[in-house]
Amino acid sequence: MSAQNRIDRAFAGLKQEGRIGLFPYLTAGYPDRAACVRLLRVMADAGADAFELGIPFSDPLADGVTMQITSAKSLAQGTTLADAFDIVAEFRQTHDTPIVMMSYVNPLMAYGFERLCADAARIGVDGFIVPDMPLEEAAELADAARQHGLHYVYFLAPTSDAGRIEAVGGQSSGFIYCVALVGTTGARSELSAELPDFLARARAATATPLVVGFGISTPAHVARLVGMADGAIVSSAIANLIEATPPEQVEAAVDEFVRQLRAATAGTTAATR
Amino acid sequence: MSISQSTAIAAEQVAEAQPQRPGYFGPYGGQFVPEVLMPALRELEVAYAEARDDPEFQAALARQLRDYVGRQTPLYHAPRLSEAVGCRVYLKREDLAHTGAHKINNALGQALLAKKMGKQRIIAETGAGQHGVATATVCAKLGLACVVYMGVEDVRRQSVNVFRMQLLGAEVRPVESGTKTLKDAINEAIRDWVTNVRSTFYIIGSAIGPHPYPTMVRDFQSVIGRESREQVLEQAERLPDAVVACVGGGSNSIGMFAGFVDDPGVRLIGVEPGGVGMGPNENAATLVSGKIGVLHGTRTLILQDDDGQILGTHSVSAGLDYPGVGPEHSYLQSIGRASYVAISDQDALDGFRLLCRTEGIIPALEPAHAIAYLRDLGRELGPDGTVVVCLSGRGDKDIDSFREATGGLA
Repeated sequence: MSAQNRIDRAFAGLKQEGRIGLFPYLTAGYPDRAACVRLLRVMADAGADAFELGIPFSDPLADGVTMQITSAKSLAQGTTLADAFDIVAEFRQTHDTPIVMMSYVNPLMAYGFERLCADAARIGVDGFIVPDMPLEEAAELADAARQHGLHYVYFLAPTSDAGRIEAVGGQSSGFIYCVALVGTTGARSELSAELPDFLARARAATATPLVVGFGISTPAHVARLVGMADGAIVSSAIANLIEATPPEQVEAAVDEFVRQLRAATAGTTAATR
Repeated sequence: MSISQSTAIAAEQVAEAQPQRPGYFGPYGGQFVPEVLMPALRELEVAYAEARDDPEFQAALARQLRDYVGRQTPLYHAPRLSEAVGCRVYLKREDLAHTGAHKINNALGQALLAKKMGKQRIIAETGAGQHGVATATVCAKLGLACVVYMGVEDVRRQSVNVFRMQLLGAEVRPVESGTKTLKDAINEAIRDWVTNVRSTFYIIGSAIGPHPYPTMVRDFQSVIGRESREQVLEQAERLPDAVVACVGGGSNSIGMFAGFVDDPGVRLIGVEPGGVGMGPNENAATLVSGKIGVLHGTRTLILQDDDGQILGTHSVSAGLDYPGVGPEHSYLQSIGRASYVAISDQDALDGFRLLCRTEGIIPALEPAHAIAYLRDLGRELGPDGTVVVCLSGRGDKDIDSFREATGGLA
């Protein structure tokens, strides 16, 4: 079943191309629903390898200020989990780029795990990322996801010790979300100094692809990850760009930024030096 | 007193339904936190288990509770209040503990644990400010750096407590996000903890949060129930028919209940803030009207909409203004061991005034909810009925709120 998952196909392709994956993050329903679908298409055409689509939540406790703002703006427009599914369905009419849904536990629990996974698989979602549901609590959703051919993506952090790295490595499917720093989401100027060592420890423990997020903000950051990881998640930097750009210029700006990020995935752009 | 057959069966069910997994009370509890915090929770679990079994730690805690906090606090038979409500009422005087509320019991326990673990920086969140003041107090005493998160709405409502914390050397960080109350102060505290987890100990103020917090906070607050049980046996020569305590996150109530949970003949009654109505955003009566979900690291009953978004809350009492509740309360309700009722803002204000006028005690608005419920209980139990109420804190902090809510009418 998992061989047909778009995520697995994407990583197989990346391996052949000899580069890492670029995973832009967008909050579902942000900046508004129609613009969200258009931006997914723009970013897919600009070279995004997969998307992390966030379900807005009232209390995003792992998120920094940028994602708190995008969540609040999307919620103020009434965005629900069902709306996020609609966004995926609309995107799927034109594109096959993998999509992993990110949400906090409570909206998923309110929807119901079994119904969630059945609907997600039918509509074309490829997996789930849940920042407040660690290994110890994830079995029910992870099992339901597996039964529907979806991945449940576990996290590792620089604070994870050898035992946790091994346990997560053993349970993981699709990829492992490696948190680049000890902190919340948000754009940063520098990558954490402990990131190489952390990724090396994770790499030694598992063959599952490692995708790095939290603070990955520039093409240079992406380029630095080449050789250390298998993918990069860029979230707040894209949201900050959207916030700072006049609405009529947003698509062009995002297209340009994603192309720069994508160019860095092979580690050969000028931005790496 | 006699134990009937039915209550004996209830006791057996309670014993059988004890948590099977560490950190769970039936289906409630757990550790729903970002991965980055999991090693810190493991470290805390181990350190707390050691401290719990360490006679030296327990002796030091007991000594500080006696000499610094002023325990044991009195159990006071309140004759004029008893007459007014129609049953025999004993007040557990946590308002007489140092800093004026039960919060000090837990803050002291956790701060001693932090010190034992070698953590030099403390963070806390606060609603009404009592937990913030208690934490700032013990940090001053133990020489620990202290940062307290507080919603700007609560900073406004509880300005005196903000100043007290600053006086004690704590930094108060106002929180502008979300509902600007306790829920969002907790979100901000967790974000701080996620960022500074290696150096920082988070002193959670109620019986909420990820395991081991609900258990640890209950244990530190169980001194309320243990003392109450001994005192009521001595004074009334019987166990009470009921113990009553207000419930926001539920720390004073779980501490009180802990002393009586194994006495099946004693009813455990939690009183929640009914606010201005039972509709969405009008109250914070989680156990009365919440649904199961996950908030702030624990699976419990939560005020939420059909999409799983956390609802806003309202209570005249900043300390009860929280959309979740400690997981053990959800469990005690689910097995029928404890029951929970909601009391409106208006009735709580009446309860506040009632205690002032009958006993010369100005209560905090939180336990004023419990006082207000005594009229109902008095009608039910009659003059022979005996009730212990946790008077969880004193009302100095709430004078302005009371004046505002009543239009200045004392």
